[in-house]
Amino acid sequence: MDVAYWLPIIWAIILIAAISIYVVLDGFDLGIGMLFALERQEARRDVMVNTIAPVWDGNETWMVLGGATLYGVFPGAYSTLLPAFYLPIVLMLVALIFRGVAFEFRVMTRGTGREKLWDIGFMGGSGIAAFCQGVILGGVVQGINVVDGTFVGGSMDWLTPFSVVCGLAVMCGYALLGATWLIWRTTDVLEASCRKWAKLLAIGLFVCIVAVSLWTPMLHAPYLRRWTEWPNIAFVAPVPLLVIILGFLLTMGLRRGHSKGPFLCALGWFFLCLSGLGITIWPYAVPPELTLWDVSSPPSSQFFQLVGTVILLPIILTYTVYSYRVFRGKVTEADGYH
Amino acid sequence: MQPTQDIALLLARFQFAFTVGVHIVFPAFSIGLAAYLAVLEGLWLKTGRTAYLDLYRYWIKIFSIVFGMGVVSGLVMSYEFGTNWSIFSRKAGPITGVLLSYEVMTAFFLEAGFLGVMLFGMNKVGRGLHYAATCCVSVGTLISMTWILASNSWMQTPQGYTIDPATGRFIPADWLAIIFNPSFPFRLVHMGLAAFLSVAFIVGATGAWHLLKARRAGTQASEPVRLMFSMAMWMAAFVAPLQVLAGDAHGLNTLKYQPVKIAAMEGDWESERRAPELLFGIPNMKTEHTDYAVKLPLVGSLILTHSLNGKVPGMKDFPRDQRPFSPVIFFSFRIMIALAMLMVVVGFWSLWLRRRGALFSSSVFHRVAVGMAPAGFIALLCGWITTEVGRQPWTVYGLLRTSDSVSPIALSNMALTMTVFVVVYVIVFGSGIGILCRLLTHAPVEGEHETSPSHAPDILATSTHPEVINSSPGKGA
Repeated sequence: MDVAYWLPIIWAIILIAAISIYVVLDGFDLGIGMLFALERQEARRDVMVNTIAPVWDGNETWMVLGGATLYGVFPGAYSTLLPAFYLPIVLMLVALIFRGVAFEFRVMTRGTGREKLWDIGFMGGSGIAAFCQGVILGGVVQGINVVDGTFVGGSMDWLTPFSVVCGLAVMCGYALLGATWLIWRTTDVLEASCRKWAKLLAIGLFVCIVAVSLWTPMLHAPYLRRWTEWPNIAFVAPVPLLVIILGFLLTMGLRRGHSKGPFLCALGWFFLCLSGLGITIWPYAVPPELTLWDVSSPPSSQFFQLVGTVILLPIILTYTVYSYRVFRGKVTEADGYH
Repeated sequence: MQPTQDIALLLARFQFAFTVGVHIVFPAFSIGLAAYLAVLEGLWLKTGRTAYLDLYRYWIKIFSIVFGMGVVSGLVMSYEFGTNWSIFSRKAGPITGVLLSYEVMTAFFLEAGFLGVMLFGMNKVGRGLHYAATCCVSVGTLISMTWILASNSWMQTPQGYTIDPATGRFIPADWLAIIFNPSFPFRLVHMGLAAFLSVAFIVGATGAWHLLKARRAGTQASEPVRLMFSMAMWMAAFVAPLQVLAGDAHGLNTLKYQPVKIAAMEGDWESERRAPELLFGIPNMKTEHTDYAVKLPLVGSLILTHSLNGKVPGMKDFPRDQRPFSPVIFFSFRIMIALAMLMVVVGFWSLWLRRRGALFSSSVFHRVAVGMAPAGFIALLCGWITTEVGRQPWTVYGLLRTSDSVSPIALSNMALTMTVFVVVYVIVFGSGIGILCRLLTHAPVEGEHETSPSHAPDILATSTHPEVINSSPGKGA
């Protein structure tokens, strides 16, 4: 067995898993931030924040893991993608700064007249970060201009109608995750509002998924072949089918007052979308030029990191689940974490 | 190289230095404060003395804000290697990226995973488990420091690699040699002590402030206030001298592996025996001379080699294009040393006052302690500037030049993002520091958890709400 062939594949799977975990976990955090735009009442906003206050930090750490893994394991991708998406990445980081500090600041500044500003920071930071993440994701799929392993494109190449639609899709998707998370974790008026919002957001996201799914194969010929040629089609056809089935279940769950169901359906949608994305661009790390193997670090790096990851990741998942369990159950206005 | 490229490189460096310079303060604060919180909670569990719990509740609110600012400013760093230093990250990523990943997996998750329990979980998990969570967070901050310093030290004193001739990439050959590179143990100890000392001086200044406030109000300072001041001054008395020894050992290590850095720190141009120590001077890189030098004879050799006859290096021993920019590190080094001396003095002064039973009554000393609040952090930043600017013109010492590490980012974009970072950091971290100062001017609340345990959903949470802090009768204030 050739390690130089298999290690990058193993790492690609781990990286996709880490990014997926980030997307769904921080997805509902960022979604809750955006839902501040719809929920104006301060006490209910506090409840929304309190459902994630104990866990958001761990959620964001998955993003740091994504960056660090890319850096250590696929430095060729790290060093071409980051300069290519320089502006949206910086914008996203700045947005995440506002979002992150707002957890504490919006409470700590009460009574000074500045608390409204940090509510706006929380909402705006979440929205902009979500949009940038979608734009970057779309930008990766549409590909960047690489010569000899170095990014040679323009600084605004990422900005296309496709990437903007992807940005809006991610905003919509995160807001849906946020709304369904709140249906699960809150009660009364807030829960009822979230059911209303989730219905609209689900429709919006479904439209976005259809648009991006039809658009993506048109970007590059290999993408189209991946989804339309026999025998590929037999393996990939379940993805769109499952999207429709989950959409149906989501609507049912919302209508029938299920608590956890809508959130799980939204998670399922994200899982399918990310899988579809992986299927589309595989085996490219930086479409349309560099494959996983082109951007990999030497086997001695990938192997050393793999040993640690195999041991540590299960431990991390265990105490993450533990931490979520400590704070399980509905959160109400009487629970004053803050 | 084109002039615009030169400016772009300078901006990339300045941007990185600015963002990491702001960042470094918060993890150092977290490292020291997490350890302090673990000690406080441990002592509370062991002795049952409520003043420890009062202090725990007081400092955990500070910790949550500091930690949050560390997380968001650190997130920037984990992507800035790629945005600003893409060639460096492509070539050295196989080593530094892997070390960073280990930091994330062994430290960041541990800290983040248990932070929620530490901040909000006292009543949900019970005392024992809560203490375990506090310890996990504290250990996480220490593990984090260990990995990042291994990576940083490897860039300063690289070993355990081969270089791929085709791509110029660093290929790891011996991971133990990479992690335990020659400057790593010294840097780790020096930085760890710096973090503890910085926090000791913040805690000490807070205690001193409230002692002064109580004296002005004509009341006795509360037990938690006296306790925090006393604990901080013990730290100052023992850790500050220890830090001087650690710094000295680190200096000897630098002399061995990076002699030109030492020459630039000292403003020495000629290599000589029986060298003087420059108290002041303005090193001039063009004329190769240190102007306006004020010299102490023989002391240079004594400090650097521990022998009057020892030979110290001069910058002229090294080609011009391998010398770090001396005017910066000459001063940053001296500011660090001066602050270290002041911290040692404060420590010994506190011992003397303690012996005379005047630790809580000497208002002159309390004023000095308040003034020394930022001393640890300023010294830490100056030390960091000294070692990083002293590493120039290399990213990987002696192997990869900074000018060959930079990303192909257009100057206009670099200028734009630089502006954005400065504006955002001033707003966000300025507000954060403002909030911290405001919180610290409130005295710790005594024994509130005992009054109404059934109404408080969480004994920690009761103290975390600012209204509670604002409205509760501060007995000590």
